[in-house]
Amino acid sequence: MTEPSPPRHRRRAFDWSTAVIAAVALGAAGTVYWRDGSAHFNAILNSDFVLLGTMMPRVLAGCLIGTFVTLLLPREMVARWVGHESGFAGLLIAALFGIILPGGPFTIYPVAGAFLAVGADAGAVVAFISAWTLIGYTRALVWELPFFGTHFVIWRIVEALPLPIIAGLLARMVVKAGLARIRGER
Amino acid sequence: MTLAIDILLWIAVGALALFARMRGRVLLRDGAREGLIEFAKLLPRICIGVIGAGFVAEALPNDAIVPWVGPDSGLIGTAIATVGGALTPGGPVIGFSIGAAMLKSGAGAPQVIAYSTAWALYALHRLVIFEVPMMPARMVWLRAAVSLPLPFLAAAFATLLGQP
Repeated sequence: MTEPSPPRHRRRAFDWSTAVIAAVALGAAGTVYWRDGSAHFNAILNSDFVLLGTMMPRVLAGCLIGTFVTLLLPREMVARWVGHESGFAGLLIAALFGIILPGGPFTIYPVAGAFLAVGADAGAVVAFISAWTLIGYTRALVWELPFFGTHFVIWRIVEALPLPIIAGLLARMVVKAGLARIRGER
Repeated sequence: MTLAIDILLWIAVGALALFARMRGRVLLRDGAREGLIEFAKLLPRICIGVIGAGFVAEALPNDAIVPWVGPDSGLIGTAIATVGGALTPGGPVIGFSIGAAMLKSGAGAPQVIAYSTAWALYALHRLVIFEVPMMPARMVWLRAAVSLPLPFLAAAFATLLGQP
């Protein structure tokens, strides 16, 4: 059986949300220059470049990990472990997969869709997506750490640990109560 | 610590590349090429996000932030941070740089946690661009609905655990 390859994600190098951020950044830089003078402006610019320098190798590593895992992942096998009969363990496994799977939304949603297609329940899919967004390690290491520092990131992740399971259980309760019906078709 | 993380990440890259090579030279080449393209496309965004975040944090008047989401803003502050996080469009550079700027400008740590959590769960553009087209609509609504209490729970856990 041939596996459908995940849709190529078409991320352009520049888009509107980046343009808005660029405008805000320019405005802020102008404000700092005008208000605090060029010495202060240069000090901030300098520390920003240092931060940028430490991030670059990590971002490159994160990109490579993401593409390799997308190419190598046995999607169907993974999905079988989080099927309808998987119970609480299924939620835990789904959350664990969310944590260890690297990559961006273009990796995660096709996998989540595959989970649904092979019969994973809504709770497992919710736990999977929530674990990826909240605890996913590539995101934390590559993006969050340089901005917040190790201490804060660990502190935040400890607080986030129970959340995917709670979300998964809530999703199962909603489905069981008949408030939503999720079928495995896309 | 920083060096250890870099080494860890590159060991993972090496292991995955080796694994891909065992499955075929084409796979290795494709993976490496797509990873590099991805990186090149991210570069302008990262530069703008990181350099911008430093200036935005500096330009924001602390007096304007603290009453809304300061350490003493309580549940209301958490709710404001949650709404702000959910409405923030953009990837990790934007979400985390705004969170870091909030923290530097005197926001409370539980409120920043609520902001990051809400952003991670909802990030408007990710929901619209990726999740809605790739997932069944009911699944998206279900996930959005059951995620509502999570930023508040995260902020509550943060308060219980104490400041970082």
